[in-house]
Amino acid sequence: MNARIGHIASNTFREAVRDRVLYNLIAFALLLSGAAILVGQISIDIERLVVVDLGLTAVSLFGIVIAIFIGIGLVSKEIEKRTLYTVLSRPVRRWEFIVGKFLGLAGTLVVNTFFMAIGVFGALLYVTHKFSAADASILIALYFIILEFLIVCALALLFSSFSTPLLSAIFAFSLFVIGSFAEDLRGFAAMTHGFTRWIATAAAYLVPNFSVLNVISAAAHEQHLSAQLILQNTFYALFYTAMALCGAVLIFERRNLK
Amino acid sequence: MAAIEILGLEKTYRVGFWRKRPKRALQPLHLTVEDGEIFGFLGPNGAGKTTTLKMLMGLVFPTAGTARILGHEWTDPEVKAQIGFLPEQPYFYDYLTAHELLDYYGQLSGVPAKDRKRRIEEVLALVGLTDIKGVQLRKFSKGMLQRAGIAQAILHNPRLVFFDEPMSGLDPLGRREVRDLMEQLKHEGKTVFFSTHILSDAEALCDRVAIIHQGELRGVGAVEDLTSSVQGKVEIVWQGTQIPASMKALSPDCHITGDTVRAVISESQQDAAIDALRRERIRLIAITPLRTSLEAYFVEKLQSSQKTAGSST
Amino acid sequence: MTARKRTTIVAALGLVVGMTASMLLLRHIDQIRPRATIADALYISSPKIIRRASLGFDGLMACIYWTRTVQYFGHRHFLRSGSYNELAPLLEITTALDPHMIPAYQFGASFLAPRPPNGAGEPVRAIELMKYGIEHNPDNWRLYYDLGFVYYTELKDYKRAGEVFEEGSKVPDAHPFLKILAAQMAEHGADYSTARMLWTATYESSHESNIRQNALEHLRAIRVDEDVTMLQAAIERFRQNNGRLPTSLWEVAAAEHLRGIPLDPDGNPYELSLDGQVLVAKPDDFPFITKGLPPDYKPAPPKFHSPS
Repeated sequence: MNARIGHIASNTFREAVRDRVLYNLIAFALLLSGAAILVGQISIDIERLVVVDLGLTAVSLFGIVIAIFIGIGLVSKEIEKRTLYTVLSRPVRRWEFIVGKFLGLAGTLVVNTFFMAIGVFGALLYVTHKFSAADASILIALYFIILEFLIVCALALLFSSFSTPLLSAIFAFSLFVIGSFAEDLRGFAAMTHGFTRWIATAAAYLVPNFSVLNVISAAAHEQHLSAQLILQNTFYALFYTAMALCGAVLIFERRNLK
Repeated sequence: MAAIEILGLEKTYRVGFWRKRPKRALQPLHLTVEDGEIFGFLGPNGAGKTTTLKMLMGLVFPTAGTARILGHEWTDPEVKAQIGFLPEQPYFYDYLTAHELLDYYGQLSGVPAKDRKRRIEEVLALVGLTDIKGVQLRKFSKGMLQRAGIAQAILHNPRLVFFDEPMSGLDPLGRREVRDLMEQLKHEGKTVFFSTHILSDAEALCDRVAIIHQGELRGVGAVEDLTSSVQGKVEIVWQGTQIPASMKALSPDCHITGDTVRAVISESQQDAAIDALRRERIRLIAITPLRTSLEAYFVEKLQSSQKTAGSST
Repeated sequence: MTARKRTTIVAALGLVVGMTASMLLLRHIDQIRPRATIADALYISSPKIIRRASLGFDGLMACIYWTRTVQYFGHRHFLRSGSYNELAPLLEITTALDPHMIPAYQFGASFLAPRPPNGAGEPVRAIELMKYGIEHNPDNWRLYYDLGFVYYTELKDYKRAGEVFEEGSKVPDAHPFLKILAAQMAEHGADYSTARMLWTATYESSHESNIRQNALEHLRAIRVDEDVTMLQAAIERFRQNNGRLPTSLWEVAAAEHLRGIPLDPDGNPYELSLDGQVLVAKPDDFPFITKGLPPDYKPAPPKFHSPS
C-alpha cells in the first residue's frame, strides 16, 4: 500500500518537473534579486522589511498558482486522457491514487519552496549583510506557507475529482481569496442576526482560513510567534487537508469513468 | 475453475438534462470464460463490449449483478495483480519513455524490483519496442502505442489478459504479431479475453466466442460448433466436364468451372457420390465440408434480433 | 464491495472529523492570536499606499476596513481596554478608500474625539476627518451635523459649532433642527436642553448600534445631571429656609411638594451625603455624568447598557 502511494507520488513529481514547473524558480529569482538590488541601493531603512515582505508574498503567490494549476488537472486530466484506465486495472486502490497524487504535488511545492527559501535568505543577506536570531520567524512563515499549500493542494484535488479544469480553477481561486479574508468574513457574520448569522458563521468557519496562516507581516517585523500558535496552526492545516482529501476520496470512489 | 464468471452484470445510464431517461448500455449478462482459452467478445461498435470490460476492470460500476475473476470477487483489488488490461486506443503518460512507463506500471503491479528490469527488457523485445524504449511516448505512433499497451498488459505475467480491440491501429504485420502473441499466451496457459469487431481475427484465434448487440447477448459457443453446425453439407469437386446422371440425381446444382465441376450435396450422400464418381472413373479432386463463416453466423444473429426487435413494438 | 465500503466509511469519518476538528481549532486559534488582522492592517497606515494596493477594488476594501473598524472598536470595548489608538488610522483608511462612506464619519464623530476611555481622544483628527468628509460630500447635511457635534461636545467651542450648524442648514434637504441648533448655540450653548437636543438627534439619525448606545448613555447622563442640579438647588433652598441641611431627601421632597424622592433613570433613588451632596446610587452605571459623583470617585472602564 505505502509503496504504491509512494510510486504514484514520485511519478506525479516527475510529471510536474517534466512539465517544466520548476522553471518558475527563474522568474522568482529574477524578481527577488531585482528587488534586493533596488532596495539595497536606495537604503531607506526598511530594506529588510521589503525583502521579507516581497519575498514571502512571492513564495506564497507563486506556490498557490502552481498548486492550483497543477492540482486541478491531477484527476480530471487523467480521466479525460484515459491514462487512468491502465493504472486502475492494477492493484491500485482509488484512494491510494488520490493520496499519492496529493503527496506528489505537495512534495513538488515543498521542493520549490526550499529553493525559493534559499533565494529569500540570499536576498536578505545581500541587503542586511548578516543574519539575526529574529530571522527564524522567516522560517516559521515559510513553514506556515507550506501549510497553506497543503490546504490548497487538497482543495484543488477535491475539485479536480469531480469538475472540469476551468471550473476547478475558478472554485479554487475563489476559495483562496475568500479564505484570505476569512477573519473579516467572520466579522461580517458576527454582525448579522438569526438564521443568516448561523449560515454565515458556518461558512466563515468552513472556508479555509488562510488569514490565520498568514504571518508574513509578523515575520517582516521580527515578531515572536508562540509555540502554541504554531502547533495549533499545524493541526488546523492537517485536519483541513484531511477533510478535503476525504472528500476527494469519497467522490472519486464513486465515479464512473467514461 | 472458470477464469471469468459474469453473473448478471447490467448497466443502465441515466441521460437527459435531469438524468431521468434511462439508457440501457448492457442487459443483464451471463457469461463464463474457461481457464486457458482464447475467448472472443464480438459485436458491432456501441454494442456494450467496452462497457462490459470497463465494469470488469472496476472503472465503471454496474447497476446490478456481480462477477468473479479467477475465483475472486471482481472488486477485489488483489486479483488485479493477476490480470492485464489493454484498453481501446490506449493513452499513456506522454512525458514518460516506454521504459519508464513499464517500470512505473511494474511498480504499481507489485513486480519485485529485481525481476522488473529483466521482465521489462523481455516484454519490450516481445512487442518490438526495444529500439525506442528511451523515446518519450508523446512521440509514438498509434501502432507503437498499441504495442506499448500490450507490453504493459503482460508485463507482470498475469494469468488472465483482457484486450479491447487489440488489432486497432496496427498494420497487417503488426496484426500478425499480435495474433502470434495471443497464441503464445494461450500456449503458456494464460486465458485471453478480447473484444473485437473484426471477425476474421476471432475466427482464426478464438476457442469460443460470444456475440453481443445493443447491450444484449445474442449467442455464445465454440467457433467450431458455430461455424459447422449450420449446414452439414459437402462440396465435391471433380475433374472433367462430365456430370453423371447419378450425380445429377444427388445434386441438381452442378457448376462447371473451366475443366472442373462443382456440386453441393448433403453429408449423408457423401459416400454415394464418391461411389458414383468412381464407377464412372471420374477423378475426384476434392471433398470439402461446407462451413459457414463466422461472419454469416454473426450477421444472422444480428438480423434475427432486429427482426424480433422490429416485431416486438 | 467490502473494500470499497470500508474505504467509504473511513473517508466519511475522516471528512466529519476533519471538519469538526478544524472548526474547533480555528476558534481556539482566534483566542490566542493577537488581533493580528488589525495590527496587520495598520503596518501600512498610509491610506495612499493601501489605495494602490487595493488594485482598484477600493470599494470592497473600504467595506472590509469598515467592518474591521467596527469589530476593532467593539472588541476593545468588550475588553474594556480603554484605548483606541488604531481607530483614527482605520477610519482614515476607510474614508480614503471610499470617501462616501458616511457611517464612517459618524463613527468618527462619536468616538474619535472623546477622551479615553470613551474614545480615542483625538478631536483634531476627528475634525480633519469631518472636513474631509464634507469636502467629498458637500450635499450631505449629516456631515455638517457631525462636525458641529465634535466642536460642541469635545471642544466646547459653541461659536464654531453654531457656524457649522448654520452652514449645514443651508444644504438643500437639510433637517430643520440644524437651524434650531444653530440658533441655540448662540445663546444657550451650555444648556442641558441643547445638549439633549443634540444627543437625541444623534440617537435618532444613526443606525449604527455603537453610536446609538453612546448617545443613549449621554442622554441618561444629562438626565442625571439635571436631576442632581435640581436637587442641589432644592437642598440649598431648604438650607436657606430651615437653617440646616436636610437629613434625608424625604424632607426635601416634602418641602418642595414633590410626590416622592426622585429616581435616577435606572430607578434607584438618589442619595444624600452627610455634607449635603446629592449622590448617584451607582455611578458606574452612568459613564458620562458630571454631577452626583462621590468626591474620590474613579471611573470604571466604560460599559454600555442596552436600551431598556
